[in-house]
Amino acid sequence: MTIPTTQEEPVILEMRSITKEFPGVKALSNVSLRVKAGEIHAICGENGAGKSTLMKVLSGVYPYGSYEGDIVYQAEVQQFKDIRASEHAGIVIIHQELALIPELSITENIFLGNEPTKWGVIDWAEARKRSVELLARVGLREDPDTPIKEIGVGKQQLVEIAKALNKSVKLLILDEPTAALNESDSQHLLDLILGLKGKGITSIIISHKLNEIEQIADEITIIRDGKSIETLNVKRDGVDEDRIIKGMVGRTLESRFPDHVPKIGEVFFEVRNWTVGHPQIQDRLVCKNSNFFVRRGEIVGFAGLMGAGRTELARSVFGRSYGHFVSGQVYMDGKEVTLRNVHQAIEAGLGYVTEDRKSLGLNLLDDIKTTTVSASLEKISKRSVVDTNKEFAVAEQYRKSLRTKAPSVQEGVAKLSGGNQQKVVLAKWMFTEPELLILDEPTRGIDVGAKYEIYGIIQRLANEGKGVIVISSELPELLGLSDRIYTIFEGAITGVLNKEEASQESLMKLMTSARKAA
Amino acid sequence: MNALKKLFGGDTRQFGMIFALVALIVLFQWLTGGITLTPGNVINLFNGNSYILILAIGMVLVIIAGHIDLSVGSVAAFVGMVVAIAMRDWNIPWYLAILLGLGLGALIGAWHGWWTAYVGIPAFIVTLAGMLIFRGAQQFVGQSNSIPVPREFQYIGAGYLPEVGPNIGYNNLTLLIGLAAVAFVVYGEVRRRRTAKALGAEVPETWVVVLKLVLICAAILYATYLFATGRPGTSFPVPGLILAVMVLIYGFISSKTIVGRHVYAVGGNRHAAELSGVKSKKINFLVMMNMSIIAGLAGMIFVARSTSAGPSDGTGWELDAIAAVFIGGAAVTGGVGTVIGSIVGGLVMAVLNNGLQLLSVGADWQSMIKGLVLLVAVAIDVYNKTQGRASIIGLMMKNFNRPSGGPGTPLQPDEVTSTKETISREA
Repeated sequence: MTIPTTQEEPVILEMRSITKEFPGVKALSNVSLRVKAGEIHAICGENGAGKSTLMKVLSGVYPYGSYEGDIVYQAEVQQFKDIRASEHAGIVIIHQELALIPELSITENIFLGNEPTKWGVIDWAEARKRSVELLARVGLREDPDTPIKEIGVGKQQLVEIAKALNKSVKLLILDEPTAALNESDSQHLLDLILGLKGKGITSIIISHKLNEIEQIADEITIIRDGKSIETLNVKRDGVDEDRIIKGMVGRTLESRFPDHVPKIGEVFFEVRNWTVGHPQIQDRLVCKNSNFFVRRGEIVGFAGLMGAGRTELARSVFGRSYGHFVSGQVYMDGKEVTLRNVHQAIEAGLGYVTEDRKSLGLNLLDDIKTTTVSASLEKISKRSVVDTNKEFAVAEQYRKSLRTKAPSVQEGVAKLSGGNQQKVVLAKWMFTEPELLILDEPTRGIDVGAKYEIYGIIQRLANEGKGVIVISSELPELLGLSDRIYTIFEGAITGVLNKEEASQESLMKLMTSARKAA
Repeated sequence: MNALKKLFGGDTRQFGMIFALVALIVLFQWLTGGITLTPGNVINLFNGNSYILILAIGMVLVIIAGHIDLSVGSVAAFVGMVVAIAMRDWNIPWYLAILLGLGLGALIGAWHGWWTAYVGIPAFIVTLAGMLIFRGAQQFVGQSNSIPVPREFQYIGAGYLPEVGPNIGYNNLTLLIGLAAVAFVVYGEVRRRRTAKALGAEVPETWVVVLKLVLICAAILYATYLFATGRPGTSFPVPGLILAVMVLIYGFISSKTIVGRHVYAVGGNRHAAELSGVKSKKINFLVMMNMSIIAGLAGMIFVARSTSAGPSDGTGWELDAIAAVFIGGAAVTGGVGTVIGSIVGGLVMAVLNNGLQLLSVGADWQSMIKGLVLLVAVAIDVYNKTQGRASIIGLMMKNFNRPSGGPGTPLQPDEVTSTKETISREA
């Protein structure tokens, strides 16, 4: 079977009217995708649009026969029965959750399941030699014997790519490759993908970071509600972020942030000389003599690179739930308070929405209503007995006011999309009626429409006279949302900028230098 | 066939484990020629298994919290032995002896809880050590002898409800308890349904509820009849009564109280629970301590029933209790399980034991059959979960339990991003 190709560029992959159904859900309906050889092809769409499902169909996670439609790859119709089959054909998928084994070394991970052997015994000398070459190709300068757990996420991502190269990849699929990376690691990764393109490797990239897509993609296919909407050529069509968003949500978003006129009051929360030690390593400080304050009605941003100590600072203030406390004071409404544990912090009026919803923020076995009340059970209990009617009523009230999309509050949180899970987590903390709510990466992994709603909720809280701290790796988000932004570098606060004086450049400067600003 | 399907609808699975239990009873009733469901045998069955069922109540909480307790057999034996010696040598009355036993259980539990919760040793190791330590301690204090216990003390293990009121050919107290249970079940269901409706929550269709109530009440009344018509002097056994009270108390604690919620939260995701203000160490400590108190109680009931404390009491009990909990739908990873489910799981094992004994099946075959039943029961549950259906027991217990969409919910093919960026790695 031959496929029609355009004159200039041959098509490496064509997925024709792919339809994939799950019991009760049509995840993909008639999706088509054409990827030209040697290009970088981006797939954009909101959470739940079907991007990952499409890639799972392509890579054989959902085997031939479990979907309708054809996969034409290198001019032949393919019938992958599992991942091995697609890898054999040169299609390698790198999932957003990395499939590396932390205890094993870089070399062992690269060759896992693909070990070079001599007389049936693993030839480690050969493996090591080849892994040195592969690491050089991906630009990773690390000893190949280093255990994976000792290198950062950015470098782990590179090891995944080295692993893919080792399988003589022709079509590389990256699912949210930069979601967990900081700016410089992301940039390095994007450069690498561009470099691979130069060497003839085709890439499909799924990402929520539209600026990155705009930067590296040649073509963009947009998927919405399980249907392929359009394919844009970045250069020819002059695509920008707004154009992509329009395709993803099916309408133009006038603004990515709701309008908000801050009503800022008095300083009511202040942290002084906050110093915290690393939980395992002695004499290492994760927070160094930090001072900051929050006014009523104010949204305060915390900017810093990954690992700068933003989360550590927030969690150590939140009832010393991270690291070991060295020194420092917390003042609320002018009075010093001691928050020895999370319980006390909640009692005092603090709330903390974790950056990692699944492993730190939610019990995935719970349903919406149990989650909503889980941080304030006392409020709906009498003599330690939970009033399940009240529980239901409270959860229902928040479901409506936050517009959580779920059939009922009895729905398990594991079934919800990222945006709706985050709304449930927000409901949980709003129900504790905090004076100060700390949000750590509140919109990570959440699609554009839900982000807008979450920004609205944050602003509403501020309007009610509460203080809000937002920690985020996305500078545009901080700039759009915050009234004031602190910058953190290596555990120390390096500066604070008002909304008017802050820009990506000025923040970046403070985030990457130890220079003490005013 | 279609009509049958329509009649039971989705409830076939809902009642799966109870059906399995009923099927097992019917099977043995047939195989034994009607001996299984005689008053004498049913009373025997309860007397002979109540201590395992009681252990399962404590064990399910331990397992929900994400731990395991291997020491319960040894702890039960140790407590039983100490209590027996205390009554013989110090002449303390039976009620003080019971208090002493419970207190001793609490001490042992505090020991296990301290190591598990505050030092951070996995409960598997702590209680494996405890299993060896208390088995040895029991043989040390008892000098590997059998120590008889006084008649009054035997009442908690081998006693029956007394005859009171007019003689109508049945045991009046047993009848009273049976009727009270029926009233309780019906009232509870009606009330739950009314509030759920008022709140606008989903409620099952009326006929489903009615059918369910009729079946449950029929079962209770039949059991009442059996217990009330035993040979003279017998009636509902005291250990059964203790068990029933414990089921009510712990069922309530696990589903309706803050502590109960916290146990599920810690087992489901300890970090998330801690960041919601749950004191997970305290919860772990309490759960381990509670287990040993219950083990102490079970040990005393056993000693009372067998009229003396012996060196090999409690051998293998931990495994029976753990099996009951897992057959009853708990998850090895924690966060899932119910008290009622564990009791049903325990009853499945009990009926199996009893039936095989009635059929004079040898211990070798009994052990093999029980092992296979455990494996198959859990395998069916796991299979249902991976198929995206809710677990049999999870669904079945929906009404007894905190109604939860949780266990076994299919993960939809969405694109929920989870970053593996935990701060430990960041630092």
